[in-house]
Amino acid sequence: MRDVASNEHSRKSYMPRDTSLKSVLVLGSGPIIIGQAAEFDYAGSQACQALREEGLQVILVNSNPATIMTDADMADRTYIEPLNVEFAARVIEKERPDGLLATLGGQTGLNLATQLAEAGILEKYGVRLLGTPLEAIRKAEDREEFRNLMKQIGEPVPESWIVTDESQLSDPANAGIWPLIVRPAYTLGGTGGGIAYNRDELYEIAHRGLALSMRRQVMIERYLKGWKEIEYEVMRDANDTAITVCNMENFDPMGVHTGDSIVTAPSQTLTDREYQMLRSASLKIIRSLGIEGGCNVQLSLDPKSFRYYIIEVNPRVSRSSALASKATGYPIARVAAKIAIGMRLDEIENAVTRKTLACFEPALDYCVVKIPRWPFDKFVGADRRITTQMKATGEVMAIDRTFEGALMKAIRSLENGIIGLSNKTAHLLSDIEIEEALRVPADERLWAITEAFRRGMAVEEVHALSDIDPWFLNKLRHLVDIEMRLRSNGTALVRLASDEKSEDLAASHPLAVKLLREAKLAGFPDVTLGSISGVPELKLRSLRNRLGIVPVYKQVDTCSAEFEAATPYFYSCYDLEDER
Amino acid sequence: MSNKKVAVIGSGPIRIGQGIEFDYCSVHCVRAIRAMGNEAIIINNNPETVSTDFDISDRLYFEPLALEDVLNVLDREKPDGVVVQFGGQTAINLARSLHDAGWPILGSSPDSIDLAEDRDRFERVLAELDIPKPAGRAVTSAQAAVVVADEIGYPVLVRPSYVLGGRAMEIIYDRVELENYMAYVVDASPDAPILVDKYILGKEAEVDVISDGVDCLLPGIMEHIERAGIHSGDSMAVYPPQTLSTKVIDQIVDTAIRIARRLEVRGLMNIQFVIDRATDTAMVLEVNPRGSRTVPYLSKITGIPMVQVATRVMMGTTLKEQGYSTGLHPSAGIIAVKAPVFSFQKLALVDIGLGPEMKSTGEIMGVDVEYPLALYKALVASGIGVPKGGSLLITIADADKVECVPIVREFASLGFRIYATAGTAAFLHGQGIAAQTVKKLHEGDGNIVDLIKNQQVDLLINTLSSDKRIEREGARIRRASVEAGVPCLTSLDTARALLVALISRKTTSEFALHGVSEYRS
Amino acid sequence: MRALLVFQDGSYYVGESLGAVGRSQGEIVFNTGMTGYQEILSDPSYAGQIVNLTYPLIGNYGINDDDIESRKIQVAGLVVHHCEDKPSNWRSGHSLNDYLAENNIVAIRGVDTRAITRHVRQKGVMLSTITSDETVDEALQRLSKMPAYETADFTQVVTTSEPYLWNDQCSKPLTYDPSAGKIANRRIALLDCGVKYNILRSLAKYGCETVVFPCTTAHAEILECKPDGIMLSPGPGDPSNLGAIVETVKHLVGSMPILGVCLGNQILGAAFGSKTFKLRFGHRGSNHPVKDLKTGKVYITSQNHGYALDPDGLRDGMEVAHINLNDNTVEGLRHKELPIISIQYHPEASPGPMDSSYFFGEFMRLIDQRS
Repeated sequence: MRDVASNEHSRKSYMPRDTSLKSVLVLGSGPIIIGQAAEFDYAGSQACQALREEGLQVILVNSNPATIMTDADMADRTYIEPLNVEFAARVIEKERPDGLLATLGGQTGLNLATQLAEAGILEKYGVRLLGTPLEAIRKAEDREEFRNLMKQIGEPVPESWIVTDESQLSDPANAGIWPLIVRPAYTLGGTGGGIAYNRDELYEIAHRGLALSMRRQVMIERYLKGWKEIEYEVMRDANDTAITVCNMENFDPMGVHTGDSIVTAPSQTLTDREYQMLRSASLKIIRSLGIEGGCNVQLSLDPKSFRYYIIEVNPRVSRSSALASKATGYPIARVAAKIAIGMRLDEIENAVTRKTLACFEPALDYCVVKIPRWPFDKFVGADRRITTQMKATGEVMAIDRTFEGALMKAIRSLENGIIGLSNKTAHLLSDIEIEEALRVPADERLWAITEAFRRGMAVEEVHALSDIDPWFLNKLRHLVDIEMRLRSNGTALVRLASDEKSEDLAASHPLAVKLLREAKLAGFPDVTLGSISGVPELKLRSLRNRLGIVPVYKQVDTCSAEFEAATPYFYSCYDLEDER
Repeated sequence: MSNKKVAVIGSGPIRIGQGIEFDYCSVHCVRAIRAMGNEAIIINNNPETVSTDFDISDRLYFEPLALEDVLNVLDREKPDGVVVQFGGQTAINLARSLHDAGWPILGSSPDSIDLAEDRDRFERVLAELDIPKPAGRAVTSAQAAVVVADEIGYPVLVRPSYVLGGRAMEIIYDRVELENYMAYVVDASPDAPILVDKYILGKEAEVDVISDGVDCLLPGIMEHIERAGIHSGDSMAVYPPQTLSTKVIDQIVDTAIRIARRLEVRGLMNIQFVIDRATDTAMVLEVNPRGSRTVPYLSKITGIPMVQVATRVMMGTTLKEQGYSTGLHPSAGIIAVKAPVFSFQKLALVDIGLGPEMKSTGEIMGVDVEYPLALYKALVASGIGVPKGGSLLITIADADKVECVPIVREFASLGFRIYATAGTAAFLHGQGIAAQTVKKLHEGDGNIVDLIKNQQVDLLINTLSSDKRIEREGARIRRASVEAGVPCLTSLDTARALLVALISRKTTSEFALHGVSEYRS
Repeated sequence: MRALLVFQDGSYYVGESLGAVGRSQGEIVFNTGMTGYQEILSDPSYAGQIVNLTYPLIGNYGINDDDIESRKIQVAGLVVHHCEDKPSNWRSGHSLNDYLAENNIVAIRGVDTRAITRHVRQKGVMLSTITSDETVDEALQRLSKMPAYETADFTQVVTTSEPYLWNDQCSKPLTYDPSAGKIANRRIALLDCGVKYNILRSLAKYGCETVVFPCTTAHAEILECKPDGIMLSPGPGDPSNLGAIVETVKHLVGSMPILGVCLGNQILGAAFGSKTFKLRFGHRGSNHPVKDLKTGKVYITSQNHGYALDPDGLRDGMEVAHINLNDNTVEGLRHKELPIISIQYHPEASPGPMDSSYFFGEFMRLIDQRS
């Protein structure tokens, strides 16, 4: 057989990397804050390893020692120092690195690199910025420059205004486009942004945003209410080869920060034409910016036409890229680090299959659901609405072969006291309050939706209030349907669980067994089944073992089983084949 | 132990009180297990972390950390042991159920975990060992709470037992407040008792212990910079202790060793102490029978790979065999200050005043060879910023007025312009400190909040009052500082630390600059 | 209703009937794309094959009237894990289940499509059947009597019966009037072994009108339409059965620019002395990396082929221009002197990435250089 032959030959045909580089300074991201969590430890650790694999000396600066990246074996020298110009310059002066890698240290790393360049430190000590050039970073982050670039390459951006002074607010205020969304430039997680429904709110939010922006600059733009929010994680090397690692669809439509949205990977409601249209746009953007490494592109798609807008580009490894890496098995940070030292995508091995190259696009054969973890259990009095300003401290991810299964797993991973389809409050709300909870995104909207379905609300009604795509709503509706059938058949489950005699349980209790199987496939945990039916959790467990309703484990392999994979990365599902 | 298969339970999503440090611990545990020639399996669900990188373990299961999902993995893998010490409260909470399902828990047994976590049992242990603790009891009703508080005297520290990161923990100054707390904040029941303890005014310190049941290694003690009452995760802390007496240090070491032996700890344990000023005695506040938030800090400071050492202990290699002995490890030639970092700008309406309930999302560390310089680095790295001059606005609770005088005086002598509301300004004048009067919130335009909003203030010191009416205004002032990006300190201890850093900055710019491991060599 | 998917090697999977009830049979192949099931269903290159879609959530966005790639559903059968009966998309007119039922396609759902993919990857493609009224043994009996996939010439089944015309005004075939001259800038003669409409749409976008000829058309008749370029379409089946078409192409070589796509690439290769060999499980999906050997650039391509060209036999100035980075197989040819280019993957995408649509532009350049 010729297929799956060795690809030695293609790998050896290039220089491995830029050999003038001997040592690289890597900037970490500092403390965990909302908008910048553990993902940069993951990215930084991968980057350090990727660089050392190529024989480079790594010098690391990070103020946060509770990280793997600051471990002694990650770098040749590790500095636990503040991430500011003063201390970074001292480290540079002492260590004299050849290159600086800043695109894996979040916004902190990127801002610091920019400041070091502007302060002339990089030039003074002859330090080269590796990977994405500062020019590209500026083009992506400065709203006006970004908008101009998008216009040049024919990619649509929403009507918008750049405001650096409150006197300039009269233009958007008089444009007659409401609501408007306000985003400050150069901030983390959209700090200081918001949605303005009228003139007063516009002035208030813009005032705050200007104060918080590093450059005293905010962007005001049309709020695309009800449009889908889609993200693409893209990579490009210096040879202009560009790929998409993953796309993701937000459960919550436009208006909710992607860090505060429930997110699925891959997208669920896009036709191939829509998927490819947005993919092509994302690749065109990463090329036009000249990014060398990873980048996240956020787009907004009209649910009723092919119209779309480019919303934002993050010219670096981000929280979304950590999610995309785990969702696909593709190590974005590792590959980005190799690209930064001059390697090409087709010179880097796919660490998962160890047979193919990093130059391919992962194919998923499962559904991934991410749910943010908000701190409202701690901050009881906080404003729990979720908008353009990220509030989550962390997130959970779950994988399954069904959306329902992945969602249910993600819910019980949150450890916020909710394990299934009910929270502690939704059932206490009046119908009017439920409608409000559907309309205004907040941390527990998911459970307002399930409660709405319990009360007999139609998918169309919930969609009209929430703008959430009916596909997602139908899945939640399906879960509530199962829950209701479980309730009405609770006694059948009890009878099944207490039947110690029948040899063929499935024959003696066909309905209950079928329902149990269906509920497990849809992700209902035993605890929930127990609280509905009254059968204790561990009794249900032994019942399932008797019935053979047990999960199997499948591998995350980046390639949908097309190639044999070497990575030991598994998830459970109620499917046929266990892969061991 | 080698050629065994071990499952490590991760710590789930990053949340306040359970952050990245537990991922750090999980990863090191996996590495230690593998380095000893065993197979390590990790179960976790956080996509942001290193532990869920697929190269870390022999097998990664991306699964919820609910009992059912963990049991499913264990049923399939049939490991020789399960590690629950490094995944924070998430993992430790599974210990009993996993044990009951027949899986061997490595390290401290579920019973020893329970002994540490069950308030009544633990108190009996302390009594038996004659170890002092703040007076107090667990109660299951509001009436009982009042009885206990009357007996031990106010202020009292109240909190539900079995909680992470000090959730719903408060310092209560009188009976009305206590009744309110019991009625509205918590839901006491026999299954969910509430702890009512005497609030001891004094420094806090904490220590991590690695024990193999015989020997107990204490890599280091961290002394908190803020006095008791601020959650340990929100306090600044310094290694090695700067103000603790030898007597107290000896007492901490002795107490930790005795508790570790009595609880039959195998692996890691963390103990928090409060040092009663009056008697210079360390009292035990709580024990966590697991790896703690300070483990990565102390590991990096001392060079002792604490999780690896603890994991090897759990796998059967004694501390002696690893070359360690009982007692406090000698101090490294390094001063390290750990400081919390908050994300208040992201969270509208959240009160930023610090108390027993944890609010920080992350931490950083400043290291140097001198305390003031390490402090300076920590403050800079934490994002507080160290304003070199400008205007200082102070709003101080009556109880703190006397204490604040030397601090304010020092700021004034460093060239800060002092702003205060009428009462405080008059008081300061009386102490010979010039302060400009600012209107209170309800006194119209140009008031205290306007001053902050208009960026006329570079630093705000606002201490929390026990008077609820004053507190409401205080909360608004603090919120304004967040919106305006003005650093706000709510503890005089932090303010004092800032002064130390500021003065050091004035007098020297000779910071040490070494790779972290070179400080020790 | 319960349904079975039974493989020639005796393995079988139990699921539920999807689409029409009955039996379908064909070579089992897998496609790992995450979107594009409608395009896959109507891709003539899948004639004679049962397609297993590895991605588990199929039918999410329903079926619309536009994203159809030929005049009918072409697959012999379809295998899915979960089929969505409540699709959501603004263009959706039918659910997948209804569409399959209306078009009398026997399919199966509720099976472990990843397990099936793994099986095919390990054992290779083989004959299989979806059935709802037989035992496994009965189905195996029937399979044992089925002719091998390689023996059939599927191009005869999928090719157009009459020549037709496609231009930028149409969304389905127009009647071809041989006496009418060309209206568009360029006229392409396309030899239809199983063309996808998006090839015709793409050519139209580049200002071409295309005359689509049955694959049995003689070279002289093709040239009579006075084309500016010749295109050899993709198509199903074993290329070694297509000796007659290869002969036709040999006659066309040298007359004008030629673009070969997929099966067209293999036919061109055969015309220049190369042979094809069967891949164990083929390339079917939207994520295959292909390297342009000249520029070193890599493109992510849409692929659907079960055979590959053996580069060893290539002669008369034909050389390998593109290779697959997964397995180094030939993905494209270029003639050293003549204006002949061909690729094994799909520049028309549909489904899949549009990275290679530039290839139509290359073809246009070859045409324009000549005129």
